[in-house]
Amino acid sequence: MKKVKVYVTLRESVLDPQGSAVMGSLHKMGYGEVEDVRIGKYLELVISDSERDVDALVNELCHRLLANTVIEDYRYEIEEVVSQ
Amino acid sequence: MKFAVIVFPGSNCDLDMYHAVKDELGEEAEYVWHDSKDLSSYDGILLPGGFSYGDYLRCGAIAQFSGVMDEVRKAAEAGKPVLGICNGFQILTEAGLLPGVLLRNKNLKFMCRTVGLKVENNNTLFTNEYEKGQEIQIPIAHGEGNYFCDDATYSHLKENNQIVFTYADDFNGSRNNIAGIINERGNVLGMMPHPERAVSDLIGGTDGLALFRSIVKQWREAHVSHA
Repeated sequence: MKKVKVYVTLRESVLDPQGSAVMGSLHKMGYGEVEDVRIGKYLELVISDSERDVDALVNELCHRLLANTVIEDYRYEIEEVVSQ
Repeated sequence: MKFAVIVFPGSNCDLDMYHAVKDELGEEAEYVWHDSKDLSSYDGILLPGGFSYGDYLRCGAIAQFSGVMDEVRKAAEAGKPVLGICNGFQILTEAGLLPGVLLRNKNLKFMCRTVGLKVENNNTLFTNEYEKGQEIQIPIAHGEGNYFCDDATYSHLKENNQIVFTYADDFNGSRNNIAGIINERGNVLGMMPHPERAVSDLIGGTDGLALFRSIVKQWREAHVSHA
């Protein structure tokens, strides 16, 4: 079994008004050194072992549903889960 | 003409859509649940606004894999009119039936008001009852109506006259004020504003009626033989 951590982020070319609002708030709180804030998504998937290649599978999931590659990039990390 | 109004869990403009074509135009309309496996008996497909599947992940992302969407694709391939309004537009972009994507409004606000729209292309089956360049008043109600596409896609849309409606004023950040686009073939229209909420003076205006009349007129000309 594997745990896959997927990070979905807005592409650099896409404005992130939510991130800008959060940055504005941090500035008002006195944290002027914060130069940029971008908000993304974090997903954890638990995937059972099968004959499918896990990288190919995760890429397929990301392209088909988890990320919209018109506006988003994704990256992921795979961890082995040791069954107890 | 017989319309299907697709109902997803979380749709909330389905009744308005039904009312527009059934009560105001006197055409046939039926609600069709999201897991329907057959749309072959319908002449036109309407995807209503709302918050399908709670807008989880991204608006329209989950709905694109509803059972009925294979049938919507088939209808689009068969050349039937497919109209997606608001969340319906978001679903059509996620499903790849229209290019681009709808982002959060640039001011982060959910905006609900009547706005001016310019008819950029009246040579479509959805807009033939409007004049080119006509400005109409149509309500909007969305938090994620900020149309985004890359430069190549925009040039393509522009060259093929696929930009059907633009906003008279920029209020949500949409690229070049785009409010509604059509596919290359000309039978799939997505738009954020709500023409189905502008079909009676009683509720503030009738500028949306011509859109539904256009669809019916085109269909009659193609399907009803003249004696």
